[in-house]
Parts: sequence; C-alpha cells; structure tokens
Amino acid sequence: MKVGIVCPYTWEVPGGVQAHIRDLAEALIDDGHKVSVIAPAADDAELPAYVTPAGRAVPVPYNGSVARLAFGFLSANRVRKWIREGGFDVLHVHEPAVPSLGVLACWVARGPIVATFHASYERSRAMSVAAPMLQSALEKITGRIAVSEAARKTLVEHLGGDAVLIPNGVTVRRYAEGEPLPGWGPDGDVIGFLGRMDEPRKGLAVLLEAFALLAPERPKLRLLIAGPGDPDDVLGRVPRQYRDRVGLLGMVSEADKVRAYHSVDVFCAPNLGGESFGIVLTEAMSAGAPILASDIPAFRRVLDDGQAGALFTTGDPAALAREAARLLDDPERRAKLSDEARQAVWKYDWSTVAREVVRVYETVTHASAGVVEDALP
Amino acid sequence: MTTTLILVAAVAVVLFAVYVSWRAGRLDRLHIRLETAQAALDAALLRRAAVCLELAGSRILDPATSLVLAAAAHEARTAGPDEREHAESDLSRTLRAVVDQERFREKLAEHPAGAALLEELDTAVAKVVYSRRFYNNAAAVTRTAQRRWLARSLRLAGHTDPPRFFDIDDEPPESLATG
Repeated sequence: MKVGIVCPYTWEVPGGVQAHIRDLAEALIDDGHKVSVIAPAADDAELPAYVTPAGRAVPVPYNGSVARLAFGFLSANRVRKWIREGGFDVLHVHEPAVPSLGVLACWVARGPIVATFHASYERSRAMSVAAPMLQSALEKITGRIAVSEAARKTLVEHLGGDAVLIPNGVTVRRYAEGEPLPGWGPDGDVIGFLGRMDEPRKGLAVLLEAFALLAPERPKLRLLIAGPGDPDDVLGRVPRQYRDRVGLLGMVSEADKVRAYHSVDVFCAPNLGGESFGIVLTEAMSAGAPILASDIPAFRRVLDDGQAGALFTTGDPAALAREAARLLDDPERRAKLSDEARQAVWKYDWSTVAREVVRVYETVTHASAGVVEDALP
Repeated sequence: MTTTLILVAAVAVVLFAVYVSWRAGRLDRLHIRLETAQAALDAALLRRAAVCLELAGSRILDPATSLVLAAAAHEARTAGPDEREHAESDLSRTLRAVVDQERFREKLAEHPAGAALLEELDTAVAKVVYSRRFYNNAAAVTRTAQRRWLARSLRLAGHTDPPRFFDIDDEPPESLATG
C-alpha cells in the first residue's frame, strides 16, 4: 500500500508526535508498505530517505505558547505537489486541528484520508474559534484515530464525532540491549524508578516510604531514580542516613534511559492511577527488567495478570516493601519474570500497532481510487 | 501701614487661588485628554482584531493561516485587563508571521475582496501604532502633573490612580510598513 503521512511539527525538533510518526513509518516500511512523510523542515536538513521537507516552520503564538508551524500558500503548494506526485492509496494526517501541514493536506487532497489525534487538553479557546473554520477540511477525513482515551475525549468535546483508539507502540528492539550505567546494578540490590518526580500520580512517594522500610535491613540496597523534578524535594523525603544510597539522574537522554532499564534488579512502577496505558512499563518490559508495579487495571492488563511482572496493592508502601524483598531474594523468579516480560511486550510492539493502523487504512480505501489533488474551493 | 499689609495679603491669597484653580483646571483637561486617548486606543485595538477575524473567515487564505490568525485575534479580543497587553503583542507577532509570508500581498490582491481587506488591515495596524503613542504621551503628561507637589498636597486629582502606560509590541508587518 502507498501511504502518505503528514507531520505538522518540525522534523528535527524532538517531540512525541514526530517520534510516533517515525516509529509508525519505519514499522510500515518493514512490513513492505511504501511510505512517504512530509514534514516542516529546511531543504538542507538531514532527513531519513522517506521524509520530504515542506520548508521551514515559522514560530507563532498559538494556544498559549509559541509553536513552530508551517502555514501559508507556499506550504500548501508544497503539499499539493507532494500529493500529486505521490499517487498515494491513503493519506494519513496527524493533528489535523493544528494550523500546520495537516489541515493544509486535508484542504488540498481528496480521497481516503485517515487522521490521528494526539493532543489532549481542557477547554481551549483557540480550538473553539477554530472549529467552524476547520469544518470543511475535517469533513474530508474518513477515518479517525486517537492515541489515548484523553485525546479521544478532547476530540469528542471540541470537534464532535468519535474515533477508534490505537495507543502508541513501543519499539521493542530499541530497548532490548543496553550497557548498565557505571556504578549501578544489576547486582541484586538496585530498585529503579522512571518518571516525573513531582507528579504525585506517578507514586514516587510510595516507593520512597517503602525504601525507608527496607533500607535498615538491607545495607546494600540502592534506589536509582530517573526523571525531571526537584532533587532536594525528593531527598528531603528520605531519612538522612540513607540519602547517599539514592541516585537521582534527573532528565535522561533516550540512550541513558535504555541503560537505566538495564541497571536495575527490580523496576518499580508505583503509579496511583490515571495512567491510560503505561508506556514506561512496556519500555521496561522490552529491556527485560523484572517489574514490580501497582495493581491498577492498566498495569494488570499489560503485565498479563502478574505473569509478566509482580503486582502490589496500589498506594501501600508496606506491600511494596514486602513484594520487593521477595523479588530481591529470589533471582530465579526475577529471571522468569524478565523472560515473560520480553515475550508479553511483543503485543505492544510497533509492528503490531502498525498492523492495526493498516486495518484502518484498508477500511477507508475499500473501493477507492486513491488520493488525488482537490480543486480549490 | 496695616491696610497696605492686609491688601498685599489679600492680593496674594487671590492670586494663589487663581493659580490653584488654573492648575486644577489643567489637570482636569489632562484627564479628559487621557480618557479620549484611551477610548481611541481601545477602538483601534478592537478594530484590528475585527479585521483579522474577517480576513481569517474570508476563505481567501489557506485554512492553516486562517486558524493561526483567528486564534490570535480571538485571544486579543477576549483577554481580560491583565492579559490584554500580552494578547495584543501576540496578535502583532502573528500578523507579522502571516503577512510577511512570501508573495502574501500579491496572492491577496488577486482576489476581488482581498485588496479591500488588505487596505483595511493596513489602516487598522497603523491606527494601533498611532493611538498607542498618543495614549502613552497623554499618560506620561498626566502622571507628571499628578505628581507635582501642589497637586498632591491639595489632592487636585482626587483619588485617581496614576494612569498606566500601555506597553505592547505593535511593530507592523514589514510589507505593510513600506506599502
């Protein structure tokens, strides 16, 4: 199938939408599809072979912050030319409500169009003015995908209509191998955590309390924490005599994140709820880290009811400490959980997710002649 | 001797009273000028936002440009007093990004309604620049007058707060400034 994917944000700038499109495009290519991505990027930018640059994006104030967007007649002409020459069976637009290439593509194309909605927000003033203006462009979309329940809710509230839910995938092989960070495990005594330290729902407080319970009996036990937040605030919640046993990495690069997953004996996800999917969990599973997670429905599902990772009573530091102690004392069980996790995570690999997306493509291209250029309104 | 003294004192009192009333009258005139300037500035800003919204809704532009422009104009028009300077500056920046696109003027001029809208936008942007200068001038003069010793000790300005300056980025798009 020939697929044209439209990215609204500058390709070279790291971001969730760009990463999603890269992983999806590569998974589709691996699966034998022909993929071309158009994205705002300078003509001389270093881009993968499948990306066509649509010109530089312009920084403008939008929806409360400054966004780099591509708009205007020139960008529209670039998209038009790309569609004319691409001969796509299906056009896959990302974030069509953002004033950038996505909405331009809907404007200049006709045929099977699939759109993926990523963002979720509370009432947005920009969106409420925009909705009527977007109407004619959005009416051309034949299939709509939301990446999360929150994104779906935002879509329903702001633009009306519904969407199918296809969550982000994880590229399992990107996490499978990794050199442990210097000075860390796995040595039988390292518990790891990854996530925002100052976001209460991530549950770091529960883990810190459990650590204070375990530390007196286990003089070698250490805690490795990666993620943004105020380090003093975290250390302040650890008894003074154990503070030198807590390592705070702060914000980590993608490469160091992979290494962090390979540096722990138990990876702990103590989230209190609100986690719609748990991308961190699937990454840790891909790395084969033995997992101890709170017993929230999303985690129980991802971990196959405790087959691919241990569960503890959500929000209970004593239960966390008890389960962690059992795991630390049982290398065989850790090895078994690690193997199970590596198996179970394939369900969430991009290759599987991409097949779901292809099903959507097939649904909308049924009895269609492909994507063509639309005459100007 | 005493009569002369009383006479001199009386003349001094009368002269002082005349002076005070002249100062008070001046302050009053300054306040009126300030209010007029403020109304003009307010009208100019609303007019600019209205022209932007009309241009965004005209279907002459591509939908992405329309969206960016409509969102900024809407923010500016609905901003509360504390956010207004910020929102109006954002609108100026957005207008520059939109109007300074290559060949924007030519594209717009091709359309029958486009030329008229461009002309209107040109005027609206210039009027924001002018009315803001005039308002800030009036505010500066009024502040100085209110701060004078006589005005403060006799409370000639009543209990009014000193007028605030209106600080925004109102730099017009390049193609309009030279057009």
